[in-house]
Amino acid sequence: MLNFSKINIVSIYLIVFLISIFSILNFQTKDNIYFDKKVNLGLDLQGGSYLLLEINSDSLVEEKIQSKVIPIKKLLRDNNLNFTNFKINKQSLDLKVDDLKKFDLLFFSKKENLVNPYLDNYRSFELDYSSLEDNRVQIMFSKFGLLTINNAALKQSIEIVRRRIDDIGTKEPTILQRGEKRILVELPGLKDPERIKKLLGKTAQLNFRLVKENSEFGIDELISENGEKLKVSKRIIMSGENLIDAQPSIQNQQNQPTVSFTLDRLGAQKFGRTTTDNVGKRLAIVLDNKIISAPNINEPITSGNGMISGNFTFQEATDLALLLRSGALPTPLDIVEERTVGPDLGEDSIKSGLISLIVGFFLVILFMLYKYKIFGVIANTALIANLLMLIGILTILEATLTLPGIAGIILTVGMAVDANVLIFERIKEELKTEKSSIHAFDTGYSKAKITVLDANITTLIAAVILFAFGSGPVKGFAITLGIGIITTLFTAYFLARHLTSILVLKNKNREIKI
Amino acid sequence: MIENINFVSKFRIANIASILIFFLSILFIIFKGLNYGIDFKGGTLIEMRTEQSINAASIRESLNSMNVGDINVKKFGKEGDYLIKVEEKKKNNSELIPQIKKNLSDSLNSDVDFRRVENVGPKVSSELLESSIIAISLALAAMLFYIWVRFEWQFSVGSIVALLHDVVITLGIFSVLSLEINLSIIAAVLTIVGYSMNDTVVIYDRIRENLLKYTKISISDVANLSINETLSRTIITSITTLLALVSIYVLGGEILRGFSFAMILGVIIGTYSSIFVASPILKFFKVSYKTLEKEKEKIVP
Repeated sequence: MLNFSKINIVSIYLIVFLISIFSILNFQTKDNIYFDKKVNLGLDLQGGSYLLLEINSDSLVEEKIQSKVIPIKKLLRDNNLNFTNFKINKQSLDLKVDDLKKFDLLFFSKKENLVNPYLDNYRSFELDYSSLEDNRVQIMFSKFGLLTINNAALKQSIEIVRRRIDDIGTKEPTILQRGEKRILVELPGLKDPERIKKLLGKTAQLNFRLVKENSEFGIDELISENGEKLKVSKRIIMSGENLIDAQPSIQNQQNQPTVSFTLDRLGAQKFGRTTTDNVGKRLAIVLDNKIISAPNINEPITSGNGMISGNFTFQEATDLALLLRSGALPTPLDIVEERTVGPDLGEDSIKSGLISLIVGFFLVILFMLYKYKIFGVIANTALIANLLMLIGILTILEATLTLPGIAGIILTVGMAVDANVLIFERIKEELKTEKSSIHAFDTGYSKAKITVLDANITTLIAAVILFAFGSGPVKGFAITLGIGIITTLFTAYFLARHLTSILVLKNKNREIKI
Repeated sequence: MIENINFVSKFRIANIASILIFFLSILFIIFKGLNYGIDFKGGTLIEMRTEQSINAASIRESLNSMNVGDINVKKFGKEGDYLIKVEEKKKNNSELIPQIKKNLSDSLNSDVDFRRVENVGPKVSSELLESSIIAISLALAAMLFYIWVRFEWQFSVGSIVALLHDVVITLGIFSVLSLEINLSIIAAVLTIVGYSMNDTVVIYDRIRENLLKYTKISISDVANLSINETLSRTIITSITTLLALVSIYVLGGEILRGFSFAMILGVIIGTYSSIFVASPILKFFKVSYKTLEKEKEKIVP
């Protein structure tokens, strides 16, 4: 165990050196084009916001099931299947059919079934039904039908969320899908997330509708921003989808902030026609089922440019313009988890983390020197190399360092010496019975090897599980702990062993004490 | 270091103590319960820094008027630093945090710095709890499996009993002291599992080696010998680990305090359990060199 070939020695020190050198990169201040690698600081250290958003697809499912009403009725009529008691529920449709078997055949027909399409990727139909007593059935979305709706809504939501956040201009945001219904948003350096939360909390479904006492499409009674109750037609003249651009602007006469918008060709046509036909009437501008304003149509607007006025501050006008530019969310988003750390707390955490690392490190170093003297120097050399390599690997991986991650490094310092302690203690025992010190060191190393490996693998298992299940900061702890074990094994088995071999071979004729 | 301590003679009294404390811990966990933080219970947490003239009572008062449910205000580290926990009545109240902030800034009449704000919804918190329980169970199962592969089943049972002992007693102490259980405590518990296992494995390794070396002497004596032989290592490693942990506990700031406290407890209990829990179980199963020979096809180094 004490024999090293030249090539072994060279590669050991080369690996230690090459990996350790990366740790220095963290201290460079200027941007280096060739080696621009650094340990990322987690949100708990640099400050920032972590938001977990969840799509709430209830209203979307409701809408989608309603859109099935007419096609289902048509399908049954076309096939001469009589039905009664048709009822529209929130998430399902009830009806009574004459012939259940025939209904089943029609409902689950794979050929040109537009009512209930077959989803090839899931091998399932979009809709499903359950039969109740006396030929009554209840139609709802199948599990995979719901999944398809959620998926589409989630993908679209992520896109809109990204646009909104990019538009605000925060630095390096992270926006990721989490599971089937959630979006993770990380905004480093953000001190107050309230504005972003507000912007993400709005679906921003904009539409233009005429104020009317009655309409063939039905009437909604909506409340406007200034508390006025207005009856508006259910017919949507034009929606936010027709907007190409929206910008905040100041109306010169009253110095009132407004949002001016530009419509696409189709939108401009629709808008032009409606405003031409309805001069003198009021047009309600509805955002998320609330009337922002309901101005009179004074003259036809055919240019495709318009303006939304309301009781805005300039900030509100800016935000509304941003929302309109980025488009509407398909469903409302709920913020199910939020964690925000202010930058000064982050700085404090880095400071106290580093202080405890330095103090812990020196305590361990001093203890090992006291306990093992010259072999303590070897163990400490291994420990320093260990620490540098750990930070080096974190740098190479550009891993995220969190406060618990720093704790993981300190813990590694405390536990890393264990490998060398195990070996030294074993050698001590061997020295009692063995005459030749070289022999004692040799058997000591080989006997302790398995124990060291066994003992460290158990901690590694814990770290891996923690990494798989942990979130955010805890993951950072798992990373440093796990990498720390690997560097510990390397430095104990190669570096410390080689240093020991130099010491032992130099003093082979003298008695060596540990 | 001191050697030849008769550990085996103390097994009985230690085991009685362990069993007693173990079941007391379970009783505490069941009846007093664990003090779950917002990670697992849901709610809002605000860490704020104020001018020193403000006390917890005035913060509590100004929040009580808001009628937002259970409020807990406590000092957090430095003078003037407070931690506020609000248990929400309604779910998904996105206005809550700005409202609380505004209320505090207005009524305290001084500069308030909101250093940290966390809000966990009820759905997420129950998921976090669930995945934490899964993670700990999985870690225990993985350890069980690893030891079963490397050793014989008796060792596997012994080590898992020791681990359960450590985890339950650590949580029991948290229950008695009403300390908060949050995600970082779960990380600590998992690390304790790893550390305690590490300690147990070192002693087991030696027991196995000595069982084959000294086939004539009883398992009690082999255990005693093995514990003594590895004792100085056990102590030195515990000391260095504790040195690191105490330095985190004292200097690492308020956020890491619970974590490092749990780890310190765990290291002490884990060291104890590998000597006084894991080893007696081998005696209980009457492990001898024959047990090892029966399973010789297994990997024995």
